[in-house]
Amino acid sequence: MATVSVSRTSELNLHHVSKRFAGDDHTLPVLDRIDLSVKSGEFVAIVGASGCGKSTLLRLIAGLDDQFDSDIEFGGERIRTTDLARGIVFQDHRLFPWLNVEQNIAVALKNSGRSKEEKRRAVAEHIALVGLKGYEGHHPHQLSGGMAQRVAIARGLVNRPKLLLLDEPFGALDALTRSRLQNELRRIWEREQITMILVTHDVDEAVFLADRVVVMQARPGRIGKVVKVGLQRPRSRSDAAFVRLRDEILADFSVPHDAAAVA
Amino acid sequence: MATPSLELETGSGAIAGSGEQGKAGRWRGWVIPLGALLFWWFVSRHVVAGHGMMTSPAQVLHTAIDQARSGALRRALSASLARELTGFTLGASLGLVLGALLGVSPFANRLIGPSFNAFKQVSLFAWIPLISVWFGLGDVAKVVFLSLAALVPVVALTSDGIRAVSPALLDVARVFRYSKLQTVRYVVLPAALPSIFTGIYLALIYSWLATLGAEYLLVAGSGIGNTLVDGSEQFRMDLVVFGVIVIGVTGWALNALAHAIQQRWFRDPAA
Repeated sequence: MATVSVSRTSELNLHHVSKRFAGDDHTLPVLDRIDLSVKSGEFVAIVGASGCGKSTLLRLIAGLDDQFDSDIEFGGERIRTTDLARGIVFQDHRLFPWLNVEQNIAVALKNSGRSKEEKRRAVAEHIALVGLKGYEGHHPHQLSGGMAQRVAIARGLVNRPKLLLLDEPFGALDALTRSRLQNELRRIWEREQITMILVTHDVDEAVFLADRVVVMQARPGRIGKVVKVGLQRPRSRSDAAFVRLRDEILADFSVPHDAAAVA
Repeated sequence: MATPSLELETGSGAIAGSGEQGKAGRWRGWVIPLGALLFWWFVSRHVVAGHGMMTSPAQVLHTAIDQARSGALRRALSASLARELTGFTLGASLGLVLGALLGVSPFANRLIGPSFNAFKQVSLFAWIPLISVWFGLGDVAKVVFLSLAALVPVVALTSDGIRAVSPALLDVARVFRYSKLQTVRYVVLPAALPSIFTGIYLALIYSWLATLGAEYLLVAGSGIGNTLVDGSEQFRMDLVVFGVIVIGVTGWALNALAHAIQQRWFRDPAA
């Protein structure tokens, strides 16, 4: 069965992943023996206070950084560098200011090996997917923060990656836009059935979107615990089970602070 | 409290021709030149009339018409502009190549960068004695001098612009598996373009200033700088003032041309 083979080849496995930043007289551990498996089609959120290394971890999975110990495997192969099968959306949209919306999405397809016509169609489809029809000719400076982030999501998806990494994609947006885009991301994830890993500091966002929430602790960055979110989608933020889960994770979040205060 | 309102006024004046304020701002720019002209006319007529070191606006206008009619203006100006464009084109082209090399290749930057930065600190005019010994006082020497004037800003701003390309955008190129060549062609160059154009723009202005310097210091042949030299040697202040006006207007025109090109093709969309 095709679905079975797909799910096997796009599984992500992190095994004892550690990373250090080289300092002046000592090396600073950033990530300490991270173990994590993400199944195909799963939505995993990684939460943690700033400085816990969650964005660094995402860069390792993207293949943007190869200075780490041990292995990260994706689809049974060791990750050495970037790959079109692994897309990423950054917190700052990172669109090219000199290109319009259409061209910015097409940036992703340069090395996709598709024909001109296929590229054109894929770009148009993804502009529609993120609800930006009519804005094809706009440049980034003419877009609001939320619209620019939609373009960045379209650019991340247009190659049809098996895995989409999201590095605090809504972190810089206002609350209203953020919740609208969270809903859209859920819709896209359900429709495209791709694996997503979302890094965020917003516990609410993590519980709203993810199948599992990975809580990271800082100094050195390590996995505290993993919470399974068994709630049915679409989720209501005021639902009692939702609130309970969120509070449980938030409580875990503040443990190192309390420990520090006591010590 | 005075500073913000002042900035506000300059800001509205900068948006030329947009609304009443813009027009009023434009008018204010004429007050000093017209006042100076009036003052000059008054002094030359009533205070130091007939003095050899002074000339009147009417006399300058007369000389201007004379120079234009006799073809002397056309000869001088076309000689200067031809020199300016040759030197600018040579210097800017060479500057683009050198600047791109310094920006793209860390090796070239380590090899050539320090020498270039030391060279940049030496005033251009300090090279004139060497240039005149090696190349004489003719057009070759002048064009060499102009090329140097154009080269320096283009190299500096091209390499700076390329090195200033945000690592965030280079990440994007890596995520989409751009080759080195694709990264330079589709990310680095477009990102550096506004800076590169600023370099070319400065080169145009610098080389025009250098044209005058070269004509003044390497005195041979014709040119608008030579008109100045002739005027001063013959004690003809009307000719000197006429030359100064022509130089000013030409510089202004070159500036406006470069500005128009920038607006049309190189506008930084983020600005």
